[in-house]
Amino acid sequence: MCTVCGCGEGETRIEGHDDHAHDHHHDHGHAHHHHHHDHTHDYGQGPAHAHAPGMSQKRMVQIEQDILSKNNQYAAANRDHFRQQGILALNFVSSPGSGKTTLLASTIEALKDKHTISVIEGDQQTANDAERIRATGAKALQINTGKGCHLDGHMVGHALESLQPEEGSLLFIENVGNLVCPAAFDLGEAHKVAILSVTEGEDKPIKYPDMFYASDLLLLNKVDLLPHLNFDVEKCITYAQQVNPRIRVLQVSATTGEGMEDWYRWIDATRQMALIGHPVLSA
Amino acid sequence: MHEMSLCEGVLQVMEDHAVSQGFTQVKKVWLEIGALAGVDPEAMRFGFDAVMKGTLADGAELEIIDLPGLAWCMQCSKQVTVKARFDACPDCDSYQLQVTGGDEMRIKELEVD
Repeated sequence: MCTVCGCGEGETRIEGHDDHAHDHHHDHGHAHHHHHHDHTHDYGQGPAHAHAPGMSQKRMVQIEQDILSKNNQYAAANRDHFRQQGILALNFVSSPGSGKTTLLASTIEALKDKHTISVIEGDQQTANDAERIRATGAKALQINTGKGCHLDGHMVGHALESLQPEEGSLLFIENVGNLVCPAAFDLGEAHKVAILSVTEGEDKPIKYPDMFYASDLLLLNKVDLLPHLNFDVEKCITYAQQVNPRIRVLQVSATTGEGMEDWYRWIDATRQMALIGHPVLSA
Repeated sequence: MHEMSLCEGVLQVMEDHAVSQGFTQVKKVWLEIGALAGVDPEAMRFGFDAVMKGTLADGAELEIIDLPGLAWCMQCSKQVTVKARFDACPDCDSYQLQVTGGDEMRIKELEVD
């Protein structure tokens, strides 16, 4: 198994890759030179070389390394690629059924004349979502994680090789519908965008605090349905800010278009921020 | 949350170190897990035994060192201990807390052969 993802060997499938994504001989051409200051503590020279028969000296190795360090290396390489190419990458996280794919399709329809957009779709099975995105005319690549419950930096690195997002473009990464695991796995994105639909409980931000803590923007989706529901918007926003005081909240409906202009403005502003300092595209 | 994946991560790091530091067997693993890391130590133990089967750490003992969730309370101007990210300050009930520690998931050290 090549990264920290928990899926079984050979379960991950990236469209267009004949072999599975777990290729140990791939290193993306990124040479990582990490100096971890490994101290080997060898206590073999015990007191007066006292090697009692049947007793061996303990050998301790200090590691002091993050469990997710492998994933973080891949994510850092992706982030570096995005920065050099002036690509704004957003990682969309939510429960299944929050309307992520519909929201992405509407966003692409609205912005496709202005921006080049490509999409990486993460799901356990089927290429349905990538097909829905392709129907809008945008480039899309499906990653099936098999048994895995989240995308990781390594899968996204491989997807980038096939998808080849253009310089200065927008890259939307739709993570596996899951409010738990994707929080911990950095993909190299500029921001995580959480989508919560008002047909869910308003207490999701405190039920799944890690995800809302990791996100910079919360899109409260399906607000056109609010008249039919007992969803307390104020309470939901308070919960989200309790977990993450930095989080911004936009109320939107991907089907009616309500509030979507604000979301597009956020994308534009964020893209401008991402391009600052880029040698060619910053003008 | 995804303890099996984390155990895979532990195994990878150990395999890397086995090559660079020349050991073939891991007998004991110390992990530091923060209270806010979203990791269930029991699930971690369960996943650990399963993932390590047939590897250099087959049968290795797992020791989990719990680290507390720490936050800086802006009202009290001091460090407090919290159990969750949305906890109020235990002293003044303010939510103006900045989490400063407790999301660690770290491999501390190994006993090897």
